Amino acid sequence: MSTHSRTGKIQWTRKHLIGINDLSREEIEFILDTAQGFEEFSTRSIKKAPPLRGKVVVNMFFEDSTRTRNSFTLAASRLSADVIEFTEKSSSVSKGETLIDTARNLEAMGVDIVVIRHSAGGAPKLLTRCIHACVVNAGDGYHEHPTQALLDVYTIRQVRGPLDGLRIGIVGDIAHSRVARSDIYAMTKLGAEVTLVGPPTLMPARVQELPVKVSHRLDDVIEKLDVINMLRIQFERLGGNPFPSVREYSRFFGLTVDRMKRAKPNMLVMHPGPMNRGVEIESEVADGPNSVILRQVSNGLAVRMAVLFLVNQAATQETKEK
Amino acid sequence: MKILIDKNQLNEKIKQIAGQIVSNIPAETDIAIIGIRSRGEILAQRLVKALKTHFSGRILNGTLDITLYRDDLNEPKEVQPTVRSTEIDFDITDKLILLVDDVLHTGRSVRAAMDALTDLGRPRLMRLAVLVDRGHHEYPICADYVGLKTDVDESQVVQVNFIEIDKEDRVIVE
Repeated sequence: MSTHSRTGKIQWTRKHLIGINDLSREEIEFILDTAQGFEEFSTRSIKKAPPLRGKVVVNMFFEDSTRTRNSFTLAASRLSADVIEFTEKSSSVSKGETLIDTARNLEAMGVDIVVIRHSAGGAPKLLTRCIHACVVNAGDGYHEHPTQALLDVYTIRQVRGPLDGLRIGIVGDIAHSRVARSDIYAMTKLGAEVTLVGPPTLMPARVQELPVKVSHRLDDVIEKLDVINMLRIQFERLGGNPFPSVREYSRFFGLTVDRMKRAKPNMLVMHPGPMNRGVEIESEVADGPNSVILRQVSNGLAVRMAVLFLVNQAATQETKEK
Repeated sequence: MKILIDKNQLNEKIKQIAGQIVSNIPAETDIAIIGIRSRGEILAQRLVKALKTHFSGRILNGTLDITLYRDDLNEPKEVQPTVRSTEIDFDITDKLILLVDDVLHTGRSVRAAMDALTDLGRPRLMRLAVLVDRGHHEYPICADYVGLKTDVDESQVVQVNFIEIDKEDRVIVE
């Protein structure tokens, strides 16, 4: 178990987690330190603790998800909360109900925490203005996916120690990636140097305003990297032809066994999932010794437990101030 | 501020607690000494040292974080609790557990600790050792091994200092 920087006591006051951009370095470290306390849960004989007993968490997912959704469900259950699973397809949203009305109706049943994934950037923020429950962003449009970034930096810190000075490459479809955006904020706030790698057509607009370097050739940077985060091409969001063919894309930007030979021997290989094996990453690399991809998933559980715990604590404090 | 136990007395008190344990638990027993974060953790480590020579059985040591089991988690409070890790790298099932805390006051921390522990397994026996029992228990909980039993007014706070994390070894009342 890692025992990195224990930040001094800070008071956690946020009852919503919308984006990493809102957080200070101290707040990010506080979440990571709290998550460390939840790490041993998976090895316990009873994998549950009572802090959210009697609380209701609703998972409102307007987009498909395997990891994030199940991870939030399990995190909430391990904290003894009751969990409502909401899916767009089987709900009244398909009958024309608006997001806000849906959320207000769920809140009327006594929901304490809303975990929301939505294709529109800003949807979670909008909810915070319409309901009293805590809101946790589980991915909104191209905006942010804060818990993914938190589990990414948690995993790096767990294996490599503090992020200060580490060189991290984020490779692939940056333009459509809320993970990349949240990662950039989290990693740079913790002191890492981030390089975005991908074809110019997959770089976000106004990339020069972000605190990152940009490269269009993976081969130019791979030797310097301590960590590489491979992103999936989000074919479902692509418009036009950002690159000539998938085969050509993987030749230039895929993480192959050959490329790994040129990387630092201890370079961490990460992927937020879902992976397209053979496109952005070769199977042998994904399953190889440098890969922490499954560890990211396990850590996601601890990080989400920490987030649910903390927003609920902030809501508890708020009742005092009223 | 009044000094309840000074530096020299504190060592004596720990020896005293160790003495009570030795006279009460057979020497060949395996015993798991588990301290409640954070002052109980240090007291537990000191007890491990003091007991090493007396026990022929194994002495295991662990640290328990009780934050998630506190009964006031969903009440507003002055100081927000911080979750830290529980570090118990052995199975507690069927073990003799010696639970260690610095001060016994309301008994609520001990209640939380018992719940936290039983979520890790089913101990054979659980005993409680504290440096100071200051009275005013709110739950029906008593310590089995006590360094100093004293009545301290409700309005006052008993504070244990250990040189490992504070400036010096002592117990004060404020």
